[in-house]
Amino acid sequence: MKAFEYAEPRTEVEAIEFLSEEAKQTEVLAGGTDLVGLMKKMLVTPDRVVNIMEVPSLQRIEPQEDGAVVIGAAVTLDEVLAHPYLESYPAITDAILGINSMQLQSQGTLVGDLCQRPRCWFFRNGQQLLDQSGHVAEGDNRFHAILGNSGPAKFVSSSRIGPALIVLDAKLRLVGPTADDEQWIAAADFFVAPRHEEQQETVLLPGQLVTHVLLPAASSSYNATYEVRHGEGPDDPLAAAAVSLTMEGGVVSQARVVLGQVAPTPWFSQEASETLLGQAVDHDTAEAAGEAAVAQATPLSENGYKVNLAAVAVKRAVLRAAGIETGGF
Amino acid sequence: MALFQEKKAAEGGPYSWPSRKDSQVIGKDQMRLDTLSKTTGEAKYTYDINLKNQLIGRALGCPHSHCRIKAIDTKAAAKVPGVVHIHVFDHAKAGSEISWQGELLAVVAAESEGAAVEGVAKIKVDYEVLESFTNDEDLEAAKAAGRTAKGGGKAVTVREPGDDDDEDEFVDQEITRLLKESAHVVEGYYGIDAITHCCLEPHGSTVQWEGDKLKVYLSTQNVSGTDEGFANDLKISSDSVDVQCDYIGGGFGSKFAADYWGLAAANISKATGRPVKLMLDRDQELKIAGNRPSGYLKVKLGADKNGLVTVWDSHHWGTSGSRGGGVSQSVIPYVLVPKNYRRQATQVKTNTVRSRAWRAPNHPQGCAMTQTALDDLARKMGKDSYDVFMTNLVNATNGKADVYAEEMKIGAKLIDWKQKWHPHGAQVVQRNGRLRPRRRNAIVDGLGMALHTWGGVANSSECKLKIYPDGGVESFCGTQDLGTGTKTICAMVLAETLGLTVHDVKVNIGSSTYPVSGASGGSTTVGAVCESHRRASQDALREIISLVATKLSVGADTLVAAGGRIQVKGNGKKSVSWKEACTLLGMKPLEVSRSHKRGNASPLSNQGVGGVQMAHVQVDVETGVIKLNKFVAVQDQGLVINPKTCKAQVYGAVIMGIAAALYEQRISDPKTGAFVNAELEAYKLARLGDVGDIVVHLYEPESERQRGVIGNGEPPAISPKAAIANAVCNALGVRVPVVPMTPKRVLDAIQTAGRA
Repeated sequence: MKAFEYAEPRTEVEAIEFLSEEAKQTEVLAGGTDLVGLMKKMLVTPDRVVNIMEVPSLQRIEPQEDGAVVIGAAVTLDEVLAHPYLESYPAITDAILGINSMQLQSQGTLVGDLCQRPRCWFFRNGQQLLDQSGHVAEGDNRFHAILGNSGPAKFVSSSRIGPALIVLDAKLRLVGPTADDEQWIAAADFFVAPRHEEQQETVLLPGQLVTHVLLPAASSSYNATYEVRHGEGPDDPLAAAAVSLTMEGGVVSQARVVLGQVAPTPWFSQEASETLLGQAVDHDTAEAAGEAAVAQATPLSENGYKVNLAAVAVKRAVLRAAGIETGGF
Repeated sequence: MALFQEKKAAEGGPYSWPSRKDSQVIGKDQMRLDTLSKTTGEAKYTYDINLKNQLIGRALGCPHSHCRIKAIDTKAAAKVPGVVHIHVFDHAKAGSEISWQGELLAVVAAESEGAAVEGVAKIKVDYEVLESFTNDEDLEAAKAAGRTAKGGGKAVTVREPGDDDDEDEFVDQEITRLLKESAHVVEGYYGIDAITHCCLEPHGSTVQWEGDKLKVYLSTQNVSGTDEGFANDLKISSDSVDVQCDYIGGGFGSKFAADYWGLAAANISKATGRPVKLMLDRDQELKIAGNRPSGYLKVKLGADKNGLVTVWDSHHWGTSGSRGGGVSQSVIPYVLVPKNYRRQATQVKTNTVRSRAWRAPNHPQGCAMTQTALDDLARKMGKDSYDVFMTNLVNATNGKADVYAEEMKIGAKLIDWKQKWHPHGAQVVQRNGRLRPRRRNAIVDGLGMALHTWGGVANSSECKLKIYPDGGVESFCGTQDLGTGTKTICAMVLAETLGLTVHDVKVNIGSSTYPVSGASGGSTTVGAVCESHRRASQDALREIISLVATKLSVGADTLVAAGGRIQVKGNGKKSVSWKEACTLLGMKPLEVSRSHKRGNASPLSNQGVGGVQMAHVQVDVETGVIKLNKFVAVQDQGLVINPKTCKAQVYGAVIMGIAAALYEQRISDPKTGAFVNAELEAYKLARLGDVGDIVVHLYEPESERQRGVIGNGEPPAISPKAAIANAVCNALGVRVPVVPMTPKRVLDAIQTAGRA
């Protein structure tokens, strides 16, 4: 690990100041479950690390008058899991429980989950993240993308909770690079499939910070996440899906289906969502949604099996959201 | 001292174990004596050793699987603040060819870990990348790349060739005839990928020179044998090297040597005059510190109408790294060998580091590649796998058919085999070209079994026992405790013999300055230390009893040690306390050294064990995910000293086996040959939630107990792969041919079957 400056701001403004000094390469430290490993392998070599965990305004889960919930960037996954306001968002709690790690859940943060770097093993072994030379397309790509992979980004987004936030129509508060800069963006707009090495996997600019997540009031609890996991450890799922349904008269009136671990960003499936509209949820309609979600899949040389898994993940997320047994693990 | 010198056989004895009824300590569950120090962090592992004024070393590993070093430049690294010394290995000098990824090229020693890592990053190496080959499963590709070599083989037929027959031709014709005449023929393909050692404590050491003497805190399975490795390279005598290892975070066969990075630490320490600590990084640990050879096998077997295999014809291949190697042909087929067989092996040379011993070398692969074929015979016949295994016990080559039969009965009862058994594939159906579960639920379940064998002979060992006039008891032995409870075993043996408790004796192990004891590999340690400690303590007790007999005016043969006293057997009133007895020694402690030499017949230890394992699994047909429901391990190992740690060995072995069956594999990138999952983040292992309910039964009837002590570290690690693979096959009716059975492989097998 390269030697670095350590900053521990007490306010958002201080945090932005520490992050925005142009001469310095900076990194935000929250739970550190990903950053520290990247620094130890010298894949990330910041001059300054800015720990935001001691900023009081980022440490809270706060209900809003309209029923929405705001979660600060220093709130850990376990704190989210334990909070009574989150009971209406099983899509989020399903995903957190799926991490299956006391250490990661007690140390990692909700916002940190969104900002993790890809787990692509080429990238983690010091190669380029983007497949400019064919090292992914011609290499062992068993865990890589099956959707949205026509460009050089063939990795999969590491975020476990991003798909859930998108189906729940969450918003993110971004501040910086200057103290006056503040904006709210849809969680769906946060993720980016980079097309060149200068781009990152999110819209965050240098010196910018995600401070809060806003969850709109849950209209119903017909939402869920289903992950296909090889084992019971904290390994990334092989495929995942988050689903949110609005039911009227026993049929689906609105549906949002977002897949995880299958594309460089959480992957919104218009096709799967439309398949469900006007339908009562049962195994057949759920299966049809799964098939629709992967109809346009473009698997690489080694990951065709993920197409099946993604379809199953969508099917089971739909069933789980509707309160029906998935029939699988 | 590396050489073991056998003591004169006539110096003591006779030696024996107490009966089950008379045993006070042996055979009773005993918690490890170092439990508290380990759980509180008081125990210092090699990684925890930090010496005053030490330098921290970090190594540069080669990023390419095959390359030539054109130039290596350390000037920029040397300028990094805090960097003190840079050691470039001879095999990394300009012009050298590097044949596997991760090979260490240089070590940077610095004032801090950060400076060392930064120094490593600043070393500039100019590589010429060479063509790489790592696809060990693809035999045709290996042949095309010129990466194969003959791996040996053997053919045996009941009918022998005549004088005029060409032997190979005769065997070929005979095998063909026997297969043709078989009531059932199975043709199959089975495999097991290379897996890598991933000891939680990586390989490494902290070294310090004291004048011309070298002190090495080494993470090792071999304290008595590694001093010589250091001494030879450093041109000093092995007496000048003190290797110490009080606690080790895993070895499993990979930590027997000084290793070139250990020698580098010693050389840097010599050059700088400062202690040096050099432990491998996690990715280096996985890449270069040992792995288990792969194996892939094609077989045609023939059986009679009852399912008894009568002929076996196989060809297997695999790799142990750059020199070829692979799985020994001697374990094919495994344990159950028919009267007629032909086995051939091909070595595949890959750009991967050479293998090291891995818990039960060759056996897990032999079991996984051949007892799966036996299960496929049951599938083809529509018979219960249990019955087919039972039928084939007559083919057991180790004379343990009766033991296996008893162990199978116990295992079947524990896993409820009869109740849970269903014919292979009974819960799935083919519909629209896809294999689907018969029920709406995607989960199907299945049973499978396998059996194994191992030697477990007692290694050579010497114990020096001191009994002090104040009653203190202390032993010295250059063995080591791999976490298996060796130290506790030593204490139990001494306590049993001397009529004391384990807390009344002090056991000293883990230093090469103590009397020589063999390396802990091959399940040889428990027998070794039981031999040396029982011998020393029995003979020491005889001397003390002789003194007590005089004092009490009774015959020595009437006295026994029990409950902290030396007493007339059956008459507690005529006795002296242990302390009082020891005062009879006078001013000087009693010192007794006794030893055992590996291979010498002894009433205290033995070799040759069996074991039967059964798995009950669930498979999600839609995702290919497998979960262990229950796993039963029935294991014989002669006399059990400490059932608690003995069972713990089996639990650990089974968990390792589950990992290899479902998760573990070294993944080499086909384009670059890079070992892409060489981090525990990406190298998948079983977690507690993955292992299900493991039931261990130690098979120890009097007939086994009478045999004496036999090691059980390796044997229970052998069968899990085959047992689980067979259970999955029972669940799906489809063979997933290669382990680990990842979801990808399970789905591929299901799809292939669906199209069939």
